[in-house]
Amino acid sequence: MATPLVVSEVAKSFTMHLQGGIRLPVVADVSFSLAAGECAVLGGPSGAGKSSILKMIYGSYAVDRGQVIVTHRGNLVNLATADPRTVLAVRRDTIGYVSQFLRAVPRVSARDVVAEPLIARGVALSDARGKAEALLARLNLPERLWALPPATFSGGEQQRVNIARGFITDHPVLLLDEPTASLDKANRAIVIAMIAEKKAAGVALLGIFHDHEVRQAVADHIIDVTHFAPDRQAA
Amino acid sequence: MNAPSDTIAQYNFAYLDEQTKRMIRRAILKAIAIPGYQVPFASREMPMPYGWGTGGVQVTASIIGPDDVLKVIDQGADDTTNAVSIRAFFQKVAHVAVTTHTADATIVQTRHRIPEEPLKEGQVLVYQVPIPEPLRFLEPRETETRKMHALEEYGLMHVKLYEDIAQHGHIATTFAYPVKVEGRYVMDPSPTPKFDNPKMHMSRALQLFGAGREKRIYAVPPHTRVESLDFEDHPFEVQRFDEPCALCGGMDVYLDEVILDDQGGRMFVCSDTDHCEERRDAGHRGHLAGEDGPPSSISEGGTQ
Amino acid sequence: MTDEPLLRVRSVSKFYGNRIGCEDISFDLWPGEVLAVVGESGSGKTTLLNCLSTRLMPTSGSVAYRMRDNAFHDLYRMSEAERRMLMRTDWGFVHQNPADGLRMTVSAGANVGERLMAVGDRHYGRIRAAATDWLGRVEIAEDRIDDQPRAFSGGMRQRLQIARNLVTGPRLVFMDEPTGGLDVSVQARLLDLLRGLVHELGLSAIVVTHDLAVARLLSHRMIVMKDGHVVESGLTDRVLDDPQAPYTQLLVSSILQV
Repeated sequence: MATPLVVSEVAKSFTMHLQGGIRLPVVADVSFSLAAGECAVLGGPSGAGKSSILKMIYGSYAVDRGQVIVTHRGNLVNLATADPRTVLAVRRDTIGYVSQFLRAVPRVSARDVVAEPLIARGVALSDARGKAEALLARLNLPERLWALPPATFSGGEQQRVNIARGFITDHPVLLLDEPTASLDKANRAIVIAMIAEKKAAGVALLGIFHDHEVRQAVADHIIDVTHFAPDRQAA
Repeated sequence: MNAPSDTIAQYNFAYLDEQTKRMIRRAILKAIAIPGYQVPFASREMPMPYGWGTGGVQVTASIIGPDDVLKVIDQGADDTTNAVSIRAFFQKVAHVAVTTHTADATIVQTRHRIPEEPLKEGQVLVYQVPIPEPLRFLEPRETETRKMHALEEYGLMHVKLYEDIAQHGHIATTFAYPVKVEGRYVMDPSPTPKFDNPKMHMSRALQLFGAGREKRIYAVPPHTRVESLDFEDHPFEVQRFDEPCALCGGMDVYLDEVILDDQGGRMFVCSDTDHCEERRDAGHRGHLAGEDGPPSSISEGGTQ
Repeated sequence: MTDEPLLRVRSVSKFYGNRIGCEDISFDLWPGEVLAVVGESGSGKTTLLNCLSTRLMPTSGSVAYRMRDNAFHDLYRMSEAERRMLMRTDWGFVHQNPADGLRMTVSAGANVGERLMAVGDRHYGRIRAAATDWLGRVEIAEDRIDDQPRAFSGGMRQRLQIARNLVTGPRLVFMDEPTGGLDVSVQARLLDLLRGLVHELGLSAIVVTHDLAVARLLSHRMIVMKDGHVVESGLTDRVLDDPQAPYTQLLVSSILQV
């Protein structure tokens, strides 16, 4: 089975220059791979570094050591050392990301926030908007909100816009950072169904789910992040 | 000095000293060599205030010779203060012959008109120029305007014309209408009415422009293209007058409005007095000229 | 489309006497990429911008621009005429103070139309239609087309300046604190507009700003400057979410949270 993403021996620490340069190790020797059509879930308590791993893969955190190899348009790219332009290309075509919080841009409607990843890939505006509306409808976001910027939406509404934005493309790798945290049961079920569809389509997913029920429903295997604790490594 | 009171022998011919004339002639030659380009020159103090034609007078003084015949006009008229004074000045300092007839003159110094009668080969038209820089009102920096001329960046000139159309629905600039000389330099033709612009194009006479206060000389040699700037959909047009000259009945000439009384009475007469007179001498009559008797001399006529 | 940068900056340094303006700056700017240059006042970011945009001759180094014929030309080996032509056709420059980039005494329409006239458009109707279109795109009402920018608010002036720059379809736009003197609400509108236009037109841009929120919203990539040197560079969200250099950490931690 295809492994679109391989993480090997990745280490990450923060150096707090404003606190006298103390170094906070986060994770070390992170190694796992993602298989197409499967959903892996990062497990472990808060502060274990689950979000940091997602952010390293997505490129918004720097990687101290190790490799993050992604298959991008048939080539292997090491995201740990890739230049910004390559990272942006990988984000456009290969790795999708549903963050925990929506970073809302003033004055852009929910519909266009969702459609944007498609438009960035050259899909016609009307097609992209149509697909966005279908997703928003499926996620039960009231139609009257579609034309409004999401900045004033509730947490759950913003989250659904965020999910729609992440799921609209057919990226072969999809990272999910607690996408269901502020959703009600009905909407959680819809997200679970959507994840199942992505798996069926051969997408490799990597997620963080605190909700036990969701985790049970989607996880093909659990990656225990406590194994990557840096102190254990040092020992 | 005990100079005889009836001559001014202590002045050099045509007032300026020979070195100054050489300097100005060099500037003129350069200006002729680069049509439309403003050549700086060391403008001298003249015995008249700035704004009275110090630039034109210096150019005339530098090119005039004892055999020349000088005509001086001010807004087309030979008999207004500025014209009379400058004519008298050259009679005094150069003892040259003067005339009011365009055809007889070898040098015509003008303030703001081009004679109606087409100029001929061998004639020189000397313009008095107040502000030589056509870009001045849009770009006040002299360093920048020089660069714009050097690099042929003339988009700004059209900005002015654009503004005219935007505000008035047509190009409302009626005088100092910018022209492009020989396809290269944009030039301010001095505050002549745009009515006269077409006369500059392919003129058989040499045209020299002197700006005394601004210390610039520029020139349009004979048979040179002079094109008025415009837009494709708002082409250059000259003013049209609805009625003929009230004195000579002339059409297609530039007319001045003359107020006749305080009841709103007015008439329109030729701005070019010499042209008007010659037409009347030839028997042409406008509706206010009177049917009988000899044509009135311009100095007694109704144009004062 | 060739896979080559639009602008190649190599070891650009500018010294004012023995004071450093900026030193040894190198980077590539790619088509469609927005680069933010951040740093505090006096960090050399404006000096760098001026060196890149031919407004200031660097002491050493080279800046090469890929012209529309795909050949790279060293900006400082071009003739002044070529450079100025570039500035008013293929490039734009948005000043912090709109009065520096606008002609305050000619109408909004003429301000937008000037660049078209500068490249030889001589059809009034077409120029006016383009001006009208661009005023609409920067959200200035059509009936203000004959008003002078003196009668405009600060935000409108800035939007007019942007329209004036973009009317010739430039490929590269330099912006010096484009939201500098504006109210927060006006800033948001301008940023959103800029962001949309940059996307829509596929512009490359170099934006100098001290405002990290502006950098976050507009840019793909960031350069952080201090005392004339680059202290950190990288993907915008990487620099802001995981700053490495002490100075960047200080900058990021100094943002006021609302």
